[in-house]
Amino acid sequence: MAYAFDFAAVWEYRGQLATGALHTLGLITVGAGLGVSLGTFGAVSRAWKIKPFDKIFTVYVELIRNTPFLVQLFFIFFGLPALGVKLGEWQAAIIAMVINLGAYSTEIIRAGIQAIPRGQIEAASSLAMTRPQIFRHIVLRPALQKVWPALSSQIVIVMLGSSVCSQISAEELTYAANFIQSRNFRAFETYITVAIMYLILSFCVRGLLNRFGSRYISGRKTA
Amino acid sequence: MMMEFTLWDIVRNLLTGLEWTVGLSLTAFILGGIVGVLVLSARIGRFLWLRKLMKGYIELFQGTPLLMQLFLVFFGISLMGVDVPAWLAAAIGLTLFTSAYLAEIWRGCVEAIPKGQWEASSSLAMSWVEQMRYVVLPQALRIAIAPTVGFSVQVVKGTSVASIIGFAELTKTGGMLANATFKPFLVFGLVALGYFILCYPLSHFAMRLERKYRGSGAH
Repeated sequence: MAYAFDFAAVWEYRGQLATGALHTLGLITVGAGLGVSLGTFGAVSRAWKIKPFDKIFTVYVELIRNTPFLVQLFFIFFGLPALGVKLGEWQAAIIAMVINLGAYSTEIIRAGIQAIPRGQIEAASSLAMTRPQIFRHIVLRPALQKVWPALSSQIVIVMLGSSVCSQISAEELTYAANFIQSRNFRAFETYITVAIMYLILSFCVRGLLNRFGSRYISGRKTA
Repeated sequence: MMMEFTLWDIVRNLLTGLEWTVGLSLTAFILGGIVGVLVLSARIGRFLWLRKLMKGYIELFQGTPLLMQLFLVFFGISLMGVDVPAWLAAAIGLTLFTSAYLAEIWRGCVEAIPKGQWEASSSLAMSWVEQMRYVVLPQALRIAIAPTVGFSVQVVKGTSVASIIGFAELTKTGGMLANATFKPFLVFGLVALGYFILCYPLSHFAMRLERKYRGSGAH
């Protein structure tokens, strides 16, 4: 009595799966954009010891990196309303992802910034570059260039981690999977399909990040 | 009947959950380490098909969410007509997850050993096993310690996902307490504190090890 697989029961729900995958991509796009921005700010504050942000970011990084994403999400979604901050499931999911990625990217980008030789900044200022110019061209760009692979990996990790957002009923890919298996009673087929979808998503996101990196970060501007 | 929870009741229950979290983390880390060694030896061994297979294994676990892996173990085993308790599914899932990551971390450490040393030892007529035992591993183990300890933090945090398949560890206990006490802010704050107490010393230790081995200038 071998088990008969029935993937047709999953195919019926392809619409939900596609919507779920798009929502997951949406989450990571917004989450990565804001998270890396937050991380850049944190990294600069920590690397250049800008008071009082350097201390705040040190504590923040340690707190976030040493607690699970799921608990951060629950704290934001269930805990904060007790303080009068009411959040929808999407808002909570985005905020949790931004806060989580912000902490990791602070550390990653900081390593890049600290690897910039002091002499380059001095050379740039002796060429009469303004501080914003120095920051953009001499510090940030080369720093991001150095750590881009690590940053890309972290973004993929956060995207995969976003599957637990289904637990606060944000309707992303895993939520779709849970919904579908509760309808067709084909849990294994549903989850294996969705696992493969995640695998494809992570390949695509990694590929896109590589291209984005080589075009806008390490690439030279050509006319 | 409503039951009143004192702060001590909450903390006491959370501590029980914390014990399960520690137990699951240790199980996953130790068994994952053992499976990881097997995966690693296949990954860098002499058989091409085995190397490719293990590359696929690692990519599979690094490219899918841990939650999916737990679901698949949970529902996959029950397909065979065996009822799996949540703790067993969680332990198996996390063990496989850990083994894939550790094998990949350790592969990096083995590959950090300069190629010349392999060539030198093979010119001394050492077998692959001897090369590993006397030349490569003693050096690779030193660089492997810090990232391995660092990864243990990911394992501890990963166990929180087991709450979703119904294993009553710290996060699950917290969820139930938050519902029963209507104090989600306090309860999830304490849950986060519990994880922090477990993870912070590990992170800190990993960082110190990294400095130590980098500072010594040795591989």
